[in-house]
Amino acid sequence: MLEVRDLQVGYGAITALHGISLRVEKGSIATLIGANGAGKSTMLRAISGLIPARSGSVLFEGRELLGQPAHEIVALGLAHSPEGRMVFANLSVEENLRMGAYLRKDGAGIAKDRDYVFDMFPRLKERRAQTAGTLSGGEQQMLAIGRALMSRPRCLMLDEPSLGIAPMLVATIFEKIVEINRELGLTILLVEQNANLALEVSQRGYVIETGRIILEDECKALRDNPQVRESYLGGH
Amino acid sequence: MLSFDPFELNHPVQQFINGLALGSIYALIALGYTMVYGVLRFINFAHADVLMLGAYAAAFVAPVLAGFLGGPSLLLLFATVLVAAVVCAGIGMLIEALAYRPLRARPKLTVLITAIGVSLFIEFTAQHPAVFGAKTRPFPQLLPAGNLEFAGATLSRVDLLIPVVTVLLLAGLWVLVQRTRMGMAMRAVSFNQNAASLMGVNNNRIISFTFGLGSALAAVAGVLYSVRSSGIDPLMGIRPGLIAFSAAVVGGIGDLGGAVLGGLLLGMLETYAGGVEGLSNYRDAISFGMLVVILLFRPAGLLGRAQVEKV
Ligand SMILES: Nc1ncnc2c1ncn2[C@@H]1O[C@H](COP(=O)(O)OP(=O)(O)OP(=O)(O)O)[C@@H](O)[C@H]1O
Ligand SMILES: [Mg+2]
Repeated sequence: MLEVRDLQVGYGAITALHGISLRVEKGSIATLIGANGAGKSTMLRAISGLIPARSGSVLFEGRELLGQPAHEIVALGLAHSPEGRMVFANLSVEENLRMGAYLRKDGAGIAKDRDYVFDMFPRLKERRAQTAGTLSGGEQQMLAIGRALMSRPRCLMLDEPSLGIAPMLVATIFEKIVEINRELGLTILLVEQNANLALEVSQRGYVIETGRIILEDECKALRDNPQVRESYLGGH
Repeated sequence: MLSFDPFELNHPVQQFINGLALGSIYALIALGYTMVYGVLRFINFAHADVLMLGAYAAAFVAPVLAGFLGGPSLLLLFATVLVAAVVCAGIGMLIEALAYRPLRARPKLTVLITAIGVSLFIEFTAQHPAVFGAKTRPFPQLLPAGNLEFAGATLSRVDLLIPVVTVLLLAGLWVLVQRTRMGMAMRAVSFNQNAASLMGVNNNRIISFTFGLGSALAAVAGVLYSVRSSGIDPLMGIRPGLIAFSAAVVGGIGDLGGAVLGGLLLGMLETYAGGVEGLSNYRDAISFGMLVVILLFRPAGLLGRAQVEKV
């Protein structure tokens, strides 16, 4: 579904990704875990066209994405819920969802998907007319996920959905991620620092360290890997 | 007190209408500054020159239109304004595409200096004898001559018309920004361009549209301003441009309502200060003095909010 090959990305003189490769199988959840500054967000930004890549290849359903502008990549069916959520703070909750469906013309389908999001996150429904900037961090994360779903993507990339959110809400959000994957058959690429949860809900896992993939395996195996337990699972 | 009052025209109703008309013009110009600031976070100094170009476009096209539509009339005014608005929308979009777009990723200061360069380029090109020439030229008469008398006040037709036109434009603008897909995209782009492009928004298209819209409003302001003044010249945009820019800042740069409020405020201040004997020479000092005071107490402007971002 999504295949990254030898992707190199840099910011000016800094090289952030030294040629990384990964695959996300159709209908699965894959996760990329790594510490602060490892290059996780950089990879997602390069895939979705927000920043240029130096070299390599990103194939989505067999089609090359590198070199295409971000606004055309969404149209292909790949959605990206960015780090720090980036909900439109000056727009209402409902308008944020409509922005998610910006490229769609099917009014009835949009309304149906909006109701699906509202069913999944009833909090958003209660606050539909409220400005998104007034939502709590957790609610903004729900909105960011809902907004990404509104483009009706076939593949969804989530950048640290657990960041800065109360533990109870994190559990809810991860449940929803699994639910989206099961119910909609949506392929998901999950980027996380919270390795425990990420490895629990995903099938395939990748570990990134300073711009290189140092480990990849089935998540079950990764959870038992001593190196992963030591560095990412708190040594248990 | 002098026995002869040179300000006998200062009837309160008249003065109010004058201030409202001038303030409306400033408001229309200020909207362009604030809209562009909203999407690109820089001050388009060439905006004032687009206003001037709108006035010249009107001056050239009005005689032609008058040939079709007969003499001065409301219809002639509207037709002229429409043509000037379309011309300026094109010019505004061109300026953005040629001068600012290539610098999108550069520091804001670079773009700001470029904007000053574009402004000077337009002003000096326009002053060239082969173009418009530096001399003031008369502006064609668009509205029937003669004033209206009301409760002892002498009111000019255009001064009565300007606030009405402005209110209609503001209503249209409000609907556009708050109720249409394009307006929603404009607001989204102004908040975060990366996030907007992840939604499928072509930022270039939205930014171009914003320039076109702001420039069209500047053209409307330019024509109305010229109808009120004695003539037009290539540097005519500078003073109203500077005041409207200040209006946008006083209102809270980036905020559409703030631009209107600031424009009206500065138009009123200028009219009332200009109407007081002994103060009229200081009207700009008074306006800008007020501005400094307002910004001292509300650094983000009257309606501007200090931006808070949740992490
Ligand atoms: N805009 C930028 N300009 C320069 N360097 C950057 C920029 N963004 C990221 N970097 C650098 O690239 C490297 C990777 O950053 P990235 O944001 O991808 O890490 P991350 O794995 O997402 O980290 P985190 O978990 O903290 O979000 C870091 O060394 C960072 O300092
Ligand atoms: Mg990151």
